[in-house]
Amino acid sequence: MATKQNGKYTILICQGTGCVSSKSDRITQELENQIKQSGLSENVHVKLTGCHGFCQQGPIVIIEPEGVFYTQVTEEDVAEIIQSHIVDGKYLERLFYHNPVTSEAIPLYKDIPFYSRQHRLILRNCGHINPERIEDYLATDGYAALKRAIFEMEPTQIIEEINRSGLRGRGGAGFPTGKKWEEAHKAKEQPKYVVCNADEGDPGAFMDRSVLEADPHSVLEGMAIAGYAVGTPEGYIYVRAEYPLAVKRLRIAIAQAKEHKLLGSNIMGSGFNFDIEIMQGAGAFVCGEGSALMYSIEGKRGMPRVRPPRSVASGLWGKPTSLNNVKTYASVPLIINRGADWYTSIGTEGSKGTAVFALTGKIANSGLIEVPMGATLREVVFDIGGGVQEGKRFKAVQTGGPSGGCLPESALDLPIDFESLTKAGSMMGSGGMVVMDTDTCMVDLAHFFLKFCCNESCGKCVPCREGLPLMSKVLERITQGEGNAEDIEQLMDMGNTIIKGALCGLGTTAPNPVMSSIRYFRGEWEAHVIDKKCPALVCKALINFYILPDKCAGCGICLRACPVEAISGGKRMVHVIDQDKCIKCGTCLEKCPERFSAVVKVTGEQIAVPKEPVPIGADK
Amino acid sequence: MIGTTDLVRQIREILTPLQDRHVVLIPALQAVQEKFGYLPEVAMEEIGRVAGVSPNVVYGVASFYAQFRTTPVGKKHVAVCQGTACHVRGAARILEAIERALDIKAGETTPELGYSLETVACIGACALAPTLRINEETHGKLTTNDIEKLFPKTSKPEETPNS
Repeated sequence: MATKQNGKYTILICQGTGCVSSKSDRITQELENQIKQSGLSENVHVKLTGCHGFCQQGPIVIIEPEGVFYTQVTEEDVAEIIQSHIVDGKYLERLFYHNPVTSEAIPLYKDIPFYSRQHRLILRNCGHINPERIEDYLATDGYAALKRAIFEMEPTQIIEEINRSGLRGRGGAGFPTGKKWEEAHKAKEQPKYVVCNADEGDPGAFMDRSVLEADPHSVLEGMAIAGYAVGTPEGYIYVRAEYPLAVKRLRIAIAQAKEHKLLGSNIMGSGFNFDIEIMQGAGAFVCGEGSALMYSIEGKRGMPRVRPPRSVASGLWGKPTSLNNVKTYASVPLIINRGADWYTSIGTEGSKGTAVFALTGKIANSGLIEVPMGATLREVVFDIGGGVQEGKRFKAVQTGGPSGGCLPESALDLPIDFESLTKAGSMMGSGGMVVMDTDTCMVDLAHFFLKFCCNESCGKCVPCREGLPLMSKVLERITQGEGNAEDIEQLMDMGNTIIKGALCGLGTTAPNPVMSSIRYFRGEWEAHVIDKKCPALVCKALINFYILPDKCAGCGICLRACPVEAISGGKRMVHVIDQDKCIKCGTCLEKCPERFSAVVKVTGEQIAVPKEPVPIGADK
Repeated sequence: MIGTTDLVRQIREILTPLQDRHVVLIPALQAVQEKFGYLPEVAMEEIGRVAGVSPNVVYGVASFYAQFRTTPVGKKHVAVCQGTACHVRGAARILEAIERALDIKAGETTPELGYSLETVACIGACALAPTLRINEETHGKLTTNDIEKLFPKTSKPEETPNS
């Protein structure tokens, strides 16, 4: 990190996808212009970085050496930042981060609980280095592990070190990485391949994307070490085409590493060759599954096959292939540099190291976080995430995406590790963590995940292709208010059948969101099927909007906003919603001025209101 | 409209640099779609020739992946994220509001190819949920008010602000 030298400043500006969406590129431009105009170019340096992880507060600007953290910066703020912070030496308080719970202003990066409670290993460089400059990575000991691996270690020693470290695959399944490398290393057949799985398809997750965008060299270095250990000169990165910025940064990184003789032929003069090719996925969730991913690289439909053989024996083009996740590779250089003993000191008995999560949903602090394995869900959701948004209550946390499950408040003290989460009915997953408050309907959410898996089923095996749509039909019925008491058991039954019968990981885990939801939130399911109520007021068929006659001021705002002209009324007349026409879009509730708050949303009850508009006060 | 021969010529130009690659088919489909916004029918044949497979196989692969389209997209291509984070933050309402504003359903295109609308599983900007993308530009933390501004009633794509 930069230090203050004779009044010199470094302004770090985030160029991750989140902040770029919030126009951080324009801020960069403006910063550079203003610095030039003010004649400060000598002393003030603008540095682009990857994702800081706190995307919700973006665009984020950090000014070193002090480490002052400015949030939600706009183009218009730039002049004031330069004048106040740089010229006058006065921090700009209005752009500080404010603790959402206490409203306390926190000026320094290191003091913000979102960061201070984390343990950043995989994300070590994210937000601190310019991902488009290899010099930045080299300055953080980058490629030292590769050098060490090639010149001081035998492939078997590397594998031994990774085995001893207890590193497990960060893609979700948690297979021991060293064991995978060992099998690939021992495989006789040539050629072999190492492949990086960057097909982050879990909706609600962006960990891999952020690592690739913010610190691509850490992944390349890990892959090169794997290539050396496994004994192959060929690597592939399979990355989603939906991640154009990650692809761009990877391309730049590969080119720079080749220029520096850290990739390509004869790496650092050692005689070891290793090249990496980028393959862009084409939008199929199932391609996150190993065998499907490899078929996709080959240019085929990404349909999983029966295993065994496992891909370490017969993978890409039928050759031995070691497939690991982005975060697994990013962990490797650290283990080689600092040793397996150090790595095993972090985490739990069965799960070593750290876990990265994309913390999203109804949470105060959304963003990318990293904690040691064994930290509890409560620490992540409340200490780092700041809990749910103001005025709401925590309801559930979902991990593992469409393969995982929803855990209730009673599970919050579970340690985060591969075994505990699976035992509780969810799973580690690749790192999506979505928080729900009481406004989220668990039935609707389960339906959401199931529909997702229906759409993404490749169609090869019957349990998944036919079973998931059947489950979806039952769920559709339940959310329509046409469910019956037997539906719940039937869903569990169908889920168990699919789990037993489906071919690949997509199918065998797809019923999890439904089954874990029934396990922990049965009451809410019963409310839907028996009482025909949606307690979270989400399922449209089970809710109604009413305008309360004693509160309506007859202002006409809702009437004009209603997209289907379901509201009738007039000046100084109590407005009335035609329940037959209403599409339950909620626009009236949103638009009704707070001082009136005349629109209500209810489930399972009828509110007595006039049938036709009546003059205000007529009922009094 | 471009004539078929011209189209074939253009497609061949795109495919030439891919010919010697180890893997051809999916990169070829992506390159053609990047140029035209969709995969014209004749592309299946041309790509098949380069990849050494039949047009049926090319179509089979193209239809498997969500990325590929066989119909043209609008000048403004709107992709509404329906990922988990967006879902719990009201993505369904955002989509409905856009459908009403543009008077088309997801998967459809407005007359004269002004707008096309599709849903996507996740654009990875979850911390800004709910989000959408218009061509290359991502918009986050959306409310139905934002939708009214982004898609004014009877708007033509030329008049859309901020994009």
